[in-house]
Amino acid sequence: MDGVNKQMPYFSALFSGYRSSKILVLSLFFAFFTFGLFASDTEHALEKGHENTHSEEKIDPGKLIMEHISDSHDWHLWGHTSIPLPVIVYTKSQGVSVFSSSHFNHGHNAYKGFRLNENNQIIWENESNSEAIYDLSITKNVLAMFIAVITLLIIMISVARTYSRRHGQAPKGFVNIIEPLILFLRDDVAKSSIGTKYERYMPLILSIFFFIFVNNIFGLIPIFPGGANVTGNIAITMVLALVVFLTVNFIGNKYYWKHIFLPDVPKAMYLIIIPIEILGVILRPFVLMLRLFANITAGHIIILAFFSLIFIFGAMNPWLGYAVSPLSVAFTLFMSLLELLVAFLQAYVFALLTAIYIGMAIEEHHHA
Amino acid sequence: MELVTPAIGLVFWMLVTFSLLLFILKKYAWKPILTSMKEREETIEKSLQEAANARAEMQKLNQQNENLLAEARAERETILKEAREIKGKIVSEAKNAADEEAKRLISRAKDEISRQKNAALDELKKEVAQFSLQIAQKLVEKELENNDAQKALIADQLSKLDKRQKATA
Repeated sequence: MDGVNKQMPYFSALFSGYRSSKILVLSLFFAFFTFGLFASDTEHALEKGHENTHSEEKIDPGKLIMEHISDSHDWHLWGHTSIPLPVIVYTKSQGVSVFSSSHFNHGHNAYKGFRLNENNQIIWENESNSEAIYDLSITKNVLAMFIAVITLLIIMISVARTYSRRHGQAPKGFVNIIEPLILFLRDDVAKSSIGTKYERYMPLILSIFFFIFVNNIFGLIPIFPGGANVTGNIAITMVLALVVFLTVNFIGNKYYWKHIFLPDVPKAMYLIIIPIEILGVILRPFVLMLRLFANITAGHIIILAFFSLIFIFGAMNPWLGYAVSPLSVAFTLFMSLLELLVAFLQAYVFALLTAIYIGMAIEEHHHA
Repeated sequence: MELVTPAIGLVFWMLVTFSLLLFILKKYAWKPILTSMKEREETIEKSLQEAANARAEMQKLNQQNENLLAEARAERETILKEAREIKGKIVSEAKNAADEEAKRLISRAKDEISRQKNAALDELKKEVAQFSLQIAQKLVEKELENNDAQKALIADQLSKLDKRQKATA
């Protein structure tokens, strides 16, 4: 366990950046010649090179991948370099504690009575303590989300400025990239699903689409500030689905509720139909949550799995690792291109379904 | 299981971030963008409509111009025709007047000639009668030197007068 833990940061660093990984692949198999590259971590690298070329110890790609797609309290850049992120913890007994995650030393140390478990979660150092811990840390996903959202805000506000500055003129520059997307969402998503009252719901649909799209794209960038699995995190998709759920049920008109509680079926069928309808109300946002989470997480897993092939084969024989690497890179490239499509597609699907559910909730003559 | 368990911190930050994102984007991005896009679409539609209107207007004007031109052409034709007619009339009138004048002049000349001729003839008759009388006088003076001859002549003249009276009666 300890050996794996020591090995982990090194390996997950490989996955934090595909580009830097190329250098690291070489360094892994020619660790002997490349120690100089990692001056600060010579000792670790030596240990690593030794372990990989001579020991029987297995690399666990499953665990590596899981670590990459999960949230974390620090952000690995390369090698042993990582950005420590602020930890914000609230407990009844201690109140709010704010400190840097570097105090945990990647799970090796405890700080203020807290420590990290193997899933990178903050727990009490004293395991018998059962008091609830509210971890509101700025984790990797939170930071990645902040960066994506700020980028999105800068882009959209500058586009909006361009519109007001060039009033009545033809679109120019970055507007030409954004405008077709907005037009597409307005005409083919909102207008066609909601109908004449679409304008009220445009901000929500546009915000959901661009939030998901920008985060998906950032997730595909292998180097900082990308690579975090934000839209592939269930907490993020849950909040998005919750927003949709609340919106739809808040704006639902009498036809919407009549369809659920007084459907046009014989009274005897109510016993079956009403639970099904209620289930449908809950299930629709639930599926929204799962679809986005599963698609984006699966994409990250597949790309990383193809990449891990190099290390799995490399562990058997360095030359085998070399032989596999072109194939692995080709597959990874292909999957990355596919994920670009998925990044757009999932954002579109989420926005479209949101629009459809809103359309269902405010439809006027449901049983014409 | 860790993968499908939503972390409380992430849910919290996501709620905060997304609410802020929604609010800021709605106010500072979506509203101006959507309004501008709509305005531009309306402007384009209006411009197209105006262009179509202008085209129709121009066509109408062209039609009017052509009509005016055709009218002007027709009027020119009628004016020319009238002018030609007037010219013909004037010419023929002038010709007639000239003819009349000529006729009148000729007839006056003829009258004058005939009058002159008659006067000349009368003059000539008088002269002839004078001469005849003188001749007759001389002859009668010569003849009437004796009575018998006088008597015979009177008788002869009387009979001649008788004959002439009978012929005129």
